[in-house]
Amino acid sequence: MQLTLLALILTLLTVIGFLIGRSRAAASVGGRVAELHSVPSYHGVYVALWAGLPALLLFLAWTASEGWLAMQLVLSALPERLTTGDGQSVALLKADILNLARDISTGREPDPLVAEAARRYAAFRDLADWSLLAVGASLAVAGLAWGRHRIGPDLRARPVVERVVRVVLVLCSLVAILTTVGIVLSLLFEALRFFTVVSPLDFLFGTHWSPQMAMRADQVGSSGSFGAIPLFAGTLLITVIAMAVAVPVGLMAAIYMSEYAGRGVRTWLKPALEILAGIPTVVYGFFAALTMAPFVRSVGEALGLDVSSESALAAGIVMGVMIIPFVSSLSDDVINAVPQSLRDGSYGLGATKSETIRQVVLPAALPGIVAAVMLAVSRAIGETMIVTMASGLTANLTANPLQAVTTVTTQIATLLVGDQEFDSPKTLSAFGLGLVLFLVTLCLNMVALRVVRTYREKYD
Amino acid sequence: MTDLVEQDAAAVTPSPAPSTAPKSRLRSEAFARRLRARHAAERRFRLAGAAAVALAALILVLLLGSIVAKGASAFLEARIRLEVTLDPAEVADRNYTALLRRALYAQFPQVTDRAGKRVLNDLLSSGAPYELEAMVAKNPALAGTTQTIWVRADDQIDQLVKGAYRRDLPESERGLGDAKIAAADALLASGALAQGFNTTLFTAGDSREPEQAGIGGAIAGSLLTLLVTMALSVPTGIAAAVYLEEFAARNRWTDLIEVNINNLAAVPSIIFGLLGLAVFLGFFGMPRSAPLVGGLVMALMTLPVIIIASRVALKAVPPSIREAALGIGASPLQTVLHHVLPLAMPGILTGTIIGMARALGETAPLLMIGMVAFIVDIPHGLTDSATVLPVQIYMWADSPERAFTERTSAAILILLGVLILLNGVAVILRKIFERRW
Repeated sequence: MQLTLLALILTLLTVIGFLIGRSRAAASVGGRVAELHSVPSYHGVYVALWAGLPALLLFLAWTASEGWLAMQLVLSALPERLTTGDGQSVALLKADILNLARDISTGREPDPLVAEAARRYAAFRDLADWSLLAVGASLAVAGLAWGRHRIGPDLRARPVVERVVRVVLVLCSLVAILTTVGIVLSLLFEALRFFTVVSPLDFLFGTHWSPQMAMRADQVGSSGSFGAIPLFAGTLLITVIAMAVAVPVGLMAAIYMSEYAGRGVRTWLKPALEILAGIPTVVYGFFAALTMAPFVRSVGEALGLDVSSESALAAGIVMGVMIIPFVSSLSDDVINAVPQSLRDGSYGLGATKSETIRQVVLPAALPGIVAAVMLAVSRAIGETMIVTMASGLTANLTANPLQAVTTVTTQIATLLVGDQEFDSPKTLSAFGLGLVLFLVTLCLNMVALRVVRTYREKYD
Repeated sequence: MTDLVEQDAAAVTPSPAPSTAPKSRLRSEAFARRLRARHAAERRFRLAGAAAVALAALILVLLLGSIVAKGASAFLEARIRLEVTLDPAEVADRNYTALLRRALYAQFPQVTDRAGKRVLNDLLSSGAPYELEAMVAKNPALAGTTQTIWVRADDQIDQLVKGAYRRDLPESERGLGDAKIAAADALLASGALAQGFNTTLFTAGDSREPEQAGIGGAIAGSLLTLLVTMALSVPTGIAAAVYLEEFAARNRWTDLIEVNINNLAAVPSIIFGLLGLAVFLGFFGMPRSAPLVGGLVMALMTLPVIIIASRVALKAVPPSIREAALGIGASPLQTVLHHVLPLAMPGILTGTIIGMARALGETAPLLMIGMVAFIVDIPHGLTDSATVLPVQIYMWADSPERAFTERTSAAILILLGVLILLNGVAVILRKIFERRW
């Protein structure tokens, strides 16, 4: 509530600051705006920045540290027997305090000390929020006054404002880098914790996957073994099936559209393919599980084959369908980039259109097409919903497309959905799988994007 | 370009050898055979291309057709008409179940035994008493009167009315008892069981009972999530694109950023889910299942898409615009903000809409951050537990009840409708504002 109020006050003060700055700048030269160094609206933005920016920075720093600070204060007041112990019990205690402070039942009668701590925590947060409101608002008012005071004919408002804007732009472009760093660090960090429990060699080359850990020492049958080879094999199998569908169809569709189809046909086909590309993967997953899998199964049974109801074939075919527009639009770009002069030369020698395409255009476009296929493979490997909904959960080491296999992404999704503890090897193994997935797709993407880039330069 | 290709094609299509040519190898039987083979190969190749396109179109039709066939009926729901006497004592006790049952028994005077009554009880949705309660709560004056109301039927009856059960199967294989079918038929015959437009589907939250489950909660969750995504990724993405395209010097550092953005656009979406789980939930301790976290993850995911689209749009603005602005004394920032950016805006907008459509249909990363929970309440704030439409589809797709399949398909239809609408708007915007320099 206080935070919303503060946000409102800040917005209001910024707007007021802009208006004051603008009118005061004009007034300071008696309305002869040409005598100002910067146009009045830059003076307005200048004051608005003084009003909003310091308060905003304070707000960010404060909210980032407030919860942690409050927790430390509350914990330091608790007796040692509660706060010492392994990481888990402290984490549990913190969660209890947080939940009680938010009036969420923890499902059991709280320790009176903990309840008291939660009350103090809530009270502290409340106090801190109110003081943030007071400090933030006064900072904004002070900033506004200071900015207003600086305004005069000689104030170089525009360079200051532009410098601030420039910094904001740079920060925004750094978000992408930060995201990558965040991905790498979080995957590495959690995966390293996993590899302290399970050796990387066992993980990468083991052939038995059963992540269910025993809850008690004497439990039978769930030892937790993390050999990821069956997952890699399953991913590979489904990817190969998907590529067998997507590459020929996508490539031929691209050739047809760029070389044969007339303008009328193309204006209809392109949007249709775009619709196919825009369908959410969960819809493909539903289609795979409820339409394609029973269909594959009944066809297989009619042929006298034993088909699993979660066969790799069904998931692979639907995944291939999903990737068709991806392959075709990338190949379309690549084929269109082949210079017309190459085609003309071929026609001049008397080649037919298909001969030209097969013997001149495709070889010239080959690097780009290979790159497109690599990007498509990376898409297929990383695709989650279709396989989660239509392929199995049991890790089968098989090359038979009629059987159920499981994939890396399916396992990540199922390991992390539902209740989980953060440091069991079962949960952490998902990050190990994620790391492998990230590295593999990253390599594919890097190589493919580089090929596309050099290829484009070659014909530009 | 196209015309040129076609002209060329016409010009080079091998015509029969010119008649003026002397009798030569060109007229030989072997040559004619080769030519026929080459032309046949040409036709085959062309046919293969057309077949590939036709196959893709066929699959699209098949996919949409199967979903429409499964889901269209979900837009209707079966309701039962009851003459409920709102006995004030029972209303005070909030014993609405008894009131409804009494009204239902009144329509079947011949049923007196317990088993028969139990069959009748099962005709009504278990949510029907709440409908009545809501009605009375809205208008307390109703107590003591007799009202004709329509309440939701149970999902099995709903499915029966829609013809999902095969009546020719023996009772044991049908999954629905003969007694219920007879009762439902009696109601149908008297007009007391009828289908109406299904408002529940749009307004209700999730439920274990198919007839009470709706996508209202999921739509609210999707909107909240999308709001966060848009608020974060659009300004950041445009600012980053402006910096990289208009201000940044071409050096190693900007090269690195560029390669990084291109790679980020191709990172599997589930990896962003892992990032969200480890950083936002694990490190910053944000709440699970919250649209805030979902929006953050989606924002990071759509950011590269928006940056790339915005850069393309900025690049398309000709340098003469910039030179003219700089020439009359605008600062570089003024040039960009007053002239380049407005001209690039349609392209940026199109890219943004496509990015948002992608975020709206994304499921996998949200599974990681707990937006897959069973949530009945409709979320109102950014930190309430919520789910989104695609995740709701994923959860319903797992439910065994026949009625959930129907509702899943209906939810898919609604999602696809919104997505096609968004993409259509993007295409129209592109058409209207497209400018050739």
